[in-house]
Order: sequence, then C-alpha cells, then structure tokens
Amino acid sequence: MELLVNGARHQVDASPDRTLLTVLRDELDLTGTKYGCGEGQCGACTVLIAGLPARACQTRAAAINGKAITTIEGLAKNGRLHPLQEAFLDQQAMQCGYCTPGMILSGVALLAKTANPSREEIIGAMQGNVCRCGTYPRIIAAIEAAGRRMKGAAA
Amino acid sequence: MTFEPERYELTAKPLHAFESNWEPDRRDFFKNLGGGIVVAVLLSNSARAQESGGGRGGRGFRQPPAPQEVGAWLHIDTNGGVTAFTGKGEVGQNARTSLSMAVAEELGAPLSSVELVMGDTDRTPFDFGTVGSRTTPDMVPQLRRAAAAARQALIEVAAAKWSVPASELQAENGVVTDGKQSAAFGELARDQQIYKRVASESGVRPATQWTVMGKSTPKVNGRAIVTGQHQYTFDMRLPGMLYGRVLRPETFGAILASLDASTAKQMAGVSVVRDGDFAGVTAPTTSAAASALAALRAEWKNTPQTSARTLFTDIKEPVSASPAIDKALAEAHHKLQRTYPVAYIAHTPLEPRAALARWDGDKLTVWTGTQRPFGVRTELAQAFRIPEENVRVIMPDTGSGYGGKHTGDAALEAARLAKSAGQPVKVTWTRQEEFTWAYFRPAGVIDVRSAVDSKGKLTAWEFHNFNSGNSGMNTYYDVANKRVEFHNTKSPLRQGSYRGLAATANHFAREAHMSELAAQAGIDPFEFRMKNLSDARLKAVLQAAADKFGWGKKHAAAGMGFGIAAGFEKGGYVATCAEVSVQPGREPRILRLTEAFECGAIVNPGHLHTQVEGAMIMGLGGALFEAIDFADGKILNPHLARYRVPRFRDVPPQIDVVLVDRKDLPSAGAGETPIVGVAPAIAGAIHMATGEWRRSLPMMVLSAGGSAQSGGAAF
Ligand code: FES
Ligand code: FES
Repeated sequence: MELLVNGARHQVDASPDRTLLTVLRDELDLTGTKYGCGEGQCGACTVLIAGLPARACQTRAAAINGKAITTIEGLAKNGRLHPLQEAFLDQQAMQCGYCTPGMILSGVALLAKTANPSREEIIGAMQGNVCRCGTYPRIIAAIEAAGRRMKGAAA
Repeated sequence: MTFEPERYELTAKPLHAFESNWEPDRRDFFKNLGGGIVVAVLLSNSARAQESGGGRGGRGFRQPPAPQEVGAWLHIDTNGGVTAFTGKGEVGQNARTSLSMAVAEELGAPLSSVELVMGDTDRTPFDFGTVGSRTTPDMVPQLRRAAAAARQALIEVAAAKWSVPASELQAENGVVTDGKQSAAFGELARDQQIYKRVASESGVRPATQWTVMGKSTPKVNGRAIVTGQHQYTFDMRLPGMLYGRVLRPETFGAILASLDASTAKQMAGVSVVRDGDFAGVTAPTTSAAASALAALRAEWKNTPQTSARTLFTDIKEPVSASPAIDKALAEAHHKLQRTYPVAYIAHTPLEPRAALARWDGDKLTVWTGTQRPFGVRTELAQAFRIPEENVRVIMPDTGSGYGGKHTGDAALEAARLAKSAGQPVKVTWTRQEEFTWAYFRPAGVIDVRSAVDSKGKLTAWEFHNFNSGNSGMNTYYDVANKRVEFHNTKSPLRQGSYRGLAATANHFAREAHMSELAAQAGIDPFEFRMKNLSDARLKAVLQAAADKFGWGKKHAAAGMGFGIAAGFEKGGYVATCAEVSVQPGREPRILRLTEAFECGAIVNPGHLHTQVEGAMIMGLGGALFEAIDFADGKILNPHLARYRVPRFRDVPPQIDVVLVDRKDLPSAGAGETPIVGVAPAIAGAIHMATGEWRRSLPMMVLSAGGSAQSGGAAF
C-alpha cells in the first residue's frame, strides 16, 4: 500500500489489517507516534489524517486511502517549530515527555478548528489524552498561548 | 516504637552483589577521551552510606554501604565541551536539567556546553538507583564539587601559562580571564592530561551566590521531545532486530503444564522459545509477534488465590495490647478510633516497560527504561550466570517511572529471547501487561487511636500500619504517649515502590484522623495542627498554605467544604488545602488546591513548580478513584478504560503552589513528598461539605470490577 506521511509518499509492504501505529513505527521508523495503551484511551498515538486527529492504534493502515497523514516529525517546517511546539517549550508543558507528541497533535487539531479556544473547549477536546506526569495545567496554558499567537499572526 | 528499614523502596528481589571499586583508569581514560581535564568525585563514608540508603536515622533502604569509591566524574575536552557522568537517570523529574545546571554553575561554563551521560553501567559510576528523592541531595553536591575542582584546575593551568597568581583569575562562561587576557576552557584543556580526585564534601558556592542554579531553566532536551526525536527504549531499533512477546500465565504463579506451539512456528519469521515456565515468541514485526503469541496454545496449572473482597482482612494481624494508650483514652476529653483501608494502585507510566537486548558472544547489552540500571545488571548477570562485567545496561531517558520501574523484568525477557534468536530483540509491554505483571503500590490497612485533653493537646497516639509500608509513618505532632508500628504482613499481589512510598497512605491516615479529631474537639483543623506542632519548618509551610488559601477567611456554602493537611517526608515539608464541592448524586469536584512546599534551597524553581503540580494531580487519582481490582490470581481491570487515571477534566480549575526557598539549607528532592497532602486535605473538605468522613483510599465508591468511571454518579 501507499502512504502519504508528512508530505512524502511511502510504499509499504504490510498486511492491510495492521494498525497505522505499528506501520508508522516499525516500517517507517516514525517513532514519535507513541504507544500508550493500544485501546484508544490515552491519545499518545494521535496523528492527523487529512487534518483531523485520529488514534493511530485504532486505525487500520489500509483504511486511510491515500489521505495525508501528519505525525509529530512532520509538524515543524524547515526547522521552524509549529507555534504549539514553541508554546510547549515556553510553558515547559512536559516532564517525561512521553505524552507530548500526542498532546501536541491533538492541540494542533483543536487550534485548526477553533481559533483561540476557551479553557472549557480545550478540556473537551483533550479529555482523551492522558499525561500521567500531570502536566495538564501547563498544556492548557500552552494551547491558550499558541491560540493567541496564531490568532495574532492571522489578523 | 519500631522502625524497619524502608521496605518497599525495592521489591521483593534484593540486590546482593555490588560493583567492586569502580574508578576510571587514568590511562584508559585519556586513551579514549584524548586529552583534557578529568575530575572524579570520591564518596565519603557518609555519602556511601547515603548511596546505599542507610542515611537519615536508619530509615533508608536495607542495603550494605555501597563499596565503590567514585560517585560521579566529569571531563572537559579540548574543545571546551563538558561531559558529566552519573549513574542517576532521567524519568521526567528533569534531573538531566538540574544536574547540568549544577555543573554549569560551579564550573562557570555555559549550560549548553554541558552534556550528561546518565545511567549507563559501562560509562557511569555505580548508582543505587533513581529512587527515594535522592538525586538532588546526593548527586547535585557531587557534581558541584567535581565542577568546582575542574574550574580550579583550569584556573591553575591559566595561572601557570600567564605567570600570574591563580587568585587573580576568574572562570565564567567557559573562559578563564584575569581581566586583561583570557582563554577558553578548550584552549586550556588542550595538551593537558589532568586527573583529579576530590572528596565529595568540600565547599562550593553558597546558594546566595548562584547564577545558574536557583533560576527557572527549561528542559535541556525539550526540543527533542516536542519534535518526537527523543528515542525512548520503546522506540529504539537495531539492525536485524526482532520483536519479542512473552506468553503470560493465566493467573499469578501458574505453572505451564503444556505448550502447543506448532501453529506459531509455521508463521513466517517466527521463533518460539520455551524455558521452564517461561515462553515467548520473536517475529519480524510487532504485529507478527502479536499473531504468533495468539497462536500459542498453553495449558496452565493454577492455584486458588484470594480476591480484593477480603484484602483488608487478609492483610491484618492481631496486635498486642497498649495499656498506656488505653489509660490515656479513658482519661481523655475526646478520643477517636478509626481504620483507614488503602487499595493497591498501579503506577501506569505512560511508556510501558520495554527493553532491547543484544548479545555479542557472551557479552550482553540491554537498553531499558529502569530506575535502577545497576540493579538490573545484577539481575541479568544472575539470570544468565555470567559475570557482571559482561553485562551493560543503558537507561535512555524514560517515559516516567514513579517508583514503578525498579526491576528488570522486560530486560530479562528481551535478553532471554535474544539469546535464542541470535539477533537483537526488543520486548515492549502492552498496557494490559503493565497493569498485570508490573508491581503495585502496596495496599494497606491503618488503625489509629488518639486522644486530646480539654485544651486541645494530643495526649495519646497509636498507629498501626499493616502491609502498606513505614515511610512517613512517625507522627511529627507533639505527643508523649505514642505507639507507632509497621506490621509486615503478607501481600496477595506483587508490590513495590511508588511515588512517596507509603507516605501517601500514612499521611492520609494521620492527617485525616487529625482533622476528624479536631472536628470532634470542636477546634479548627488548622489551629489544631498549629497547637500540636513545634517543628518550625512544618509550621512555616502550614502557615504559608493557609495564608495563600485564605484559610478561615471564607465560610463554605452548602455543599462546599475546605480541608487542610500537613506533612514531612524525604527532606521536604508540605501543606495542602483543598476546596471541594459535592452535589447529591454527583462525584465531588475539586475546585481548588493550594500547596506550600519547602525542600531547602531551590535548584530550578520552574521545574520544581511543575513537579509539585504534577504530584498533586497524580495524587488526585489515588485519593479519589484509582484502585486495582483482583480475584483468583487475575487483575480484573487491566485497561485504561477500567482503571481511571486523572485527566484534563479532573484538574482543579485553580491550583496554587507556594514554593518556600530556604537558601540556608541543603537542597532535598521533590519528586515524591508533594503528593502526600492531597488525599487528606480533600477528605477534610468532603467532610465539611457533606458531614461524612471518607476513610478509604480511593474515597469514591468503586463499581464492581473496576474503578470509578468519569462522570458516573459514583459518590
Ligand atoms: S495508544 Fe492509541 S490511544 Fe493509547
Ligand atoms: S509528561 Fe510524562 S506522561 Fe506527560
């Protein structure tokens, strides 16, 4: 099958019932997409498929049908971090960092849909992402800050 | 009163053999490193005792003193690059950052020039483990000392070169200067082969003169994290690597009666390994390994086991009479006798256990996310009956641990499979395996009896902890007549360390009890604590938390309540206040948490703040809804869908952290103690809101076969 990941086309020889998570990690060595539970409960495996957040552990690779996939490795453009990546650094919204890629992609999807989201909108959109280290308040602050910055840049 | 050495800093498996006199060999060193300046920090006897945990009143780990002499070392290369070597590891507590800051501070080098090699049994000195909040109190002083000595060496090189007195020179920002001429560290290190050994207890810059330490500093490898470049063990790969899975017994302790592997063996690229009760598969992909595992047909011989239903009677035992306490209770103005059951909970690190093993002949290298790489090396050497010198364990910065990654289970599995495969093998645990085959925070039952006189002074205190552990068990309240005991009973499940160890359970019981006693005596719970405390540091954090929270300033509306708790453990002092709303039929909402924390001189205020906040949020889970359910040798809720952890919606809308900076005191660790006040503060607030005392952890009623689910009317 062919996958379009971070703007590049890849031919992957994999059985169609494999999850996108194992194909990204084992075949394309894109290990920024994490395994946290394999049951759709933690959000560590979040990627964007045609701009929408998806749980790679719950997505069969064969079901993607040529849609563009964005993983954490593809978020920065020409070495320039996405404003939400910047905001995670500014707010120090990480401890062990294992949840961070999934958090950032879920946040990017939210910001694409809702400019400048409220705290309640952030909580609603991020409820499926677990940070066991408890950095939630920082992540909320990072999304708010990136939202403000992106809105400023768009105006 | 009896205190045992800390029981649960290690799991059942003790460490027997330690590395003998490890010290870098001078010639080897410079052969490998080129020239430069090397400083090794020799451990004093007290530091060695500390390293093995015998410090602080004998309440450390049950270990002989570490025999090795070197605690840490650092190298300045001929380009001015600084590499420091420590056996400690990074599990999200930001030790890589704080330790780099310690080196930069004392050396006078830019933070960006400092690299840290951590947790590698071939390259770093022996270390007992990243446990017990010891990284800051033990490793920060050692690295500071090494760096201070290296700075002195650089200054001496420059002094000789320029023929000026060393006392006129300064080292800052990677450069030595006398005001007129200057030379970069790399330039000075060139053509040198200086090797210094320093004792760990010499003087360094006082906290009041810090320029790097004491300032909020971002995570040194933050960019690698936000771009997905950092490789956790889970993400690593070697050429020719296979993926391994282990066949798990049907129940705990089950014996593998028979195994039919014929179907699995026919699958492409699959091998099956059986060794006693151990069986596993290797395959070219994660998915193929999962299919092969599913194709194994095993029969298990199970033994009957107890369940969570009888846990709290199973782990109790009779206690001898306490006539002195009985007498005090009989004479008391108010008295109270209560029982506090505490469930098993799971660490649930977001990166499950993982290991990657490679054999080169009879030499074994294992990368694994463990908090004790040297302990895991011993486990591996024993399991494969090879000398420890043949085993190298490397700990990449790990997706957290919280005390849950002390053992080498995944390392042993990967090494066993790799041995048969003749190729490197990576074993990554599923979440279900992590919930079942890791170990748990001990469950416990705590019985407390107490009495107060007419003036509100404590007159008696009796405290029995069954199974959950002795950390933070002693009371810091003034009471002459006390009996505090830990009862080492038999745990039905595998148990081990957890963030704060038993201090969470013991603080819950003690502090919830203090609040209930205060209520019974008609005294404000803050006043009651102050009245019965003389420890100035504890009183200071209690006052700081109360001030920030506005304790006593506001009256709780119907269905609302405030609670307070104080605590001390592992060199840190904490006080927590909670504001809670409870509506009938709904689960409680934690509206506000305030915590004051003091752990001596603050190394990195920003990260300390995150650490405290993170511990408070993690503490909400154990306080309200986390619990492992089990029966007949099986875990009944081994999924995130049935084991609830704190999520965004559980975070209190307002969290206030007050950091008390004591520049006059040595820095203590902060990874654990900030968790202990959360549960009892919430218990007090729930009581004020509802009139009801919740005396079990978790405090919410759990549905059968799982923990309380989000949004359920479970209260
Ligand atoms: S790994 Fe996919 S949601 Fe947890
Ligand atoms: S930072 Fe560790 S899980 Fe989020």
